[in-house]
Amino acid sequence: MADNGVNKGRRRLLLGATTVVGAVGAVGVAVPFVASWQPSARARAAGAPVQADVSKLDVGQRMTVEWRGKPVWIIKRTPEMIERTQTLGADRLADPQSEVPQQPTYVTGELRSIKPEIGVLIGICTHLGCSPLYKPEPDAEGVGVDNWPGGFFCPCHGSRFDLAGRVFRNVPAPTNLEVPPYRFENDDIIIVGEDEETA
Amino acid sequence: MGNPNKVKADSGFMRWVDDRFPATQMWQEHLSKYYAPKNFNVWYFFGSLALLVLVNQILTGIWLTMSYNPTAEGAFASVEYIMRDVEWGWLIRYLHSTGASAFFVVVYLHMFRGLLYGSYKAPRELVWIFGMAIYLALMAEAFMGYLLPWGQMSYWGAQVIISLFSAIPSIGPDLAQWVRGDYLISGITLNRFFALHVVALPIVILALVVLHIIALHEVGSNNPDGIDIKKKKDETGKPLDGIPFHPYYTVKDIVGVAVFLFVFMVVVLYFPEGGGYFIEKPNFEPANPLKTPDHIAPVWYFTPFYAMLRAITFTLFGLDAKFLGVIVMGGAIAILFVLPWLDRSPVRSIRYKGWISKVMLALFAISFAILGVLGVLPATEGRTMLAQLCTAVYFAFFLLMPFYTRLEKTKPVPERVTG
Amino acid sequence: MKKQLFALLFALVPFTAMAAGGGASLPHSMEPDLHDKASLQNGMKLFVNYCMGCHSLEHQRFSRAAEDLNIPQDLVEENLIFSSGLRFNDQMHIAMGSDDAEGWFGAPPPDLTLEARLRGTDWIYSYLLTFYRDPSRPNGVNNEVFPSVGMPNVLEPLQGVQEHVCAETDRQVEGAELDPLTGKYQSCDVLQVTQPGAMEPDEFEDAVYDLTNFLAYVGEPSKLHAQALGPKVLIFIVIFGVLAYLLKREYWRDIH
Repeated sequence: MADNGVNKGRRRLLLGATTVVGAVGAVGVAVPFVASWQPSARARAAGAPVQADVSKLDVGQRMTVEWRGKPVWIIKRTPEMIERTQTLGADRLADPQSEVPQQPTYVTGELRSIKPEIGVLIGICTHLGCSPLYKPEPDAEGVGVDNWPGGFFCPCHGSRFDLAGRVFRNVPAPTNLEVPPYRFENDDIIIVGEDEETA
Repeated sequence: MGNPNKVKADSGFMRWVDDRFPATQMWQEHLSKYYAPKNFNVWYFFGSLALLVLVNQILTGIWLTMSYNPTAEGAFASVEYIMRDVEWGWLIRYLHSTGASAFFVVVYLHMFRGLLYGSYKAPRELVWIFGMAIYLALMAEAFMGYLLPWGQMSYWGAQVIISLFSAIPSIGPDLAQWVRGDYLISGITLNRFFALHVVALPIVILALVVLHIIALHEVGSNNPDGIDIKKKKDETGKPLDGIPFHPYYTVKDIVGVAVFLFVFMVVVLYFPEGGGYFIEKPNFEPANPLKTPDHIAPVWYFTPFYAMLRAITFTLFGLDAKFLGVIVMGGAIAILFVLPWLDRSPVRSIRYKGWISKVMLALFAISFAILGVLGVLPATEGRTMLAQLCTAVYFAFFLLMPFYTRLEKTKPVPERVTG
Repeated sequence: MKKQLFALLFALVPFTAMAAGGGASLPHSMEPDLHDKASLQNGMKLFVNYCMGCHSLEHQRFSRAAEDLNIPQDLVEENLIFSSGLRFNDQMHIAMGSDDAEGWFGAPPPDLTLEARLRGTDWIYSYLLTFYRDPSRPNGVNNEVFPSVGMPNVLEPLQGVQEHVCAETDRQVEGAELDPLTGKYQSCDVLQVTQPGAMEPDEFEDAVYDLTNFLAYVGEPSKLHAQALGPKVLIFIVIFGVLAYLLKREYWRDIH
């Protein structure tokens, strides 16, 4: 066990090489364990895109479908509702141009929708996760403000959103309601959870 | 600060730690200044490999628990869920199922090494007994784990083993019912086995492994020559034939790990069913309490003892064959515990024992292997006789040991280890 | 060292001896080929059309099969999913309740997800090829590898009617006599198609091969992943092992 004749350089090189390859191996072993926490095929099946048929939805009304365990609202806006929504500006809304990315890129404009008359929103308040109430009529009762243009009112902490899901100023909710990815299969069928591009 | 008797780093962060926790002391005691004989051969790889497999079982086991459903209704489907729906679930499951068999492969080889070189003899009796306790806990762990997939073999294998309890006179049937928690093996049994398999027994096994290693490091490792290396020390007190475990045996064991992993991964990736011996075919059918599979065989690592159980087809001393079989099977394991006191030879290693010991050990190994094969085959008259013969040889190896080890002529043991 | 290795090999003997144990002989055998996508696709089509009326694949998702067998989603939805209650991501369930089935067939038709792993592909292949007419049975057919089978021969329109006839055969069956001139056996237990079906016997064997191949895939969809991963993992371990060995040798130069 004499120290003479030890090739220190070779020893250090081999030690380094083995350590590096061993570390790569350890990372490789970790991959399956980490990746197995991804949503499983069952979770993905349950979270698969859902279809909604809007042909039977009356103008001015709202329907709710469930996607990934969340309520997704689909509203058919009347021309008056569209007009009332479009006239709202930065004086009343916190983010009228939807600059915070709460929607897919292909959903633009004041109405935050692919077609002006059809609005698709995730019905969960961006404040603390309650589901706001649908108050489409102008000056509806119980929304706590005058000059109500129609929209959504969260009963938990009083957050208010317009009919495009844009958040009003001076409410607890920080951002606009989220718009899920969706696309039109045809004029009547909406696929919620699938992007337009992949169609 | 701290205990002044401990070895401490001179300064820096390690000093700070050493004043509060004996890190350097433990590192030296168990690795860098643990002197192991320099003549370990290939048999000495299996201890560290067993530790590697244990880590594999614990890691993959924890991950399997995340997706497994321990109910009679959901267990079988949840295994297929892991195999198909969970990302990489198939790999994690096969690592665990193959690991179970690999565990017994390395443990059997590790134990045989102990027999070869007399590693159980004084002063290593407690090392051996802790090791046997690990083996026993491992068998319980494997048996309970095998019920969890809730396939036909899981169910009927458990049925047979639990029925062994009912062979015990008078309290037997009540005891079996108590173990099951039901009038048949049901979701209740599955649930308690799950708790024992994933929580209780792993804790026991881990604790025993710690005791096994502490006891080993207290007395020092044996070697193929069975020589006490502490008798010959140099002027600084280091054994002349000893080398520090780290780095010499750590780098050597890593080579063993690579070889083992190669074989292990070939099985995991290409033959996960192990030819029907690691995952038995009937286990691809959900448990059905009303239909017994045509041929029940326990998993291969239990088959030697199962063959002994079946070999007892006669009554003796007024005890019926069933109970006698259970006694023989239990005795076959129990007798291993007292092995340190059966061996009266003045030498440890088989290298210096006489020819009777060599023949007996060979016969013992052959009998154990034959019993293992017989245990998976359906019993016939001829096979039962062969099993009886092998059982007799198995017990003769132990029971005659006090005599033949004392009578036989041993070879002189060298002063220093040989190559 | 040689002695040690020998002893080690010896300790492994029971292992290999057990692995060599074989099963009962079957009249036909096949080797699954999971890389033959065309065969697997055809097998899935046959399964969905002929088997899925009664047999489910409870653990196999349409979507997973589509992904593994390279079938586009719309093709699966149009051609392979018949039940209106099933969607692309669903498992291949059947509509028939097991209580109904018990009434109709005496026992519910088993789920076939793991059939290939339970009985083996040779068994499935042989089973599907050896239905024959047997008037003594309630549904008029019997099977060579599954005597007194309860299942009707659903593939009969494809295969035609098979019967036992006296003929020459290459196969040695019980009671057969060897003809020394032709090297063939004379037997009255030879299965032959007596009323042709939609397929020639060769075509039918191919179809049954595809169906069996598909069930082999369904039994273990991860197998392709494992085989793809295998060489990478093993080569990595070899590289690591060589480095570790060199490192060990380097350190052990100290030991004399």
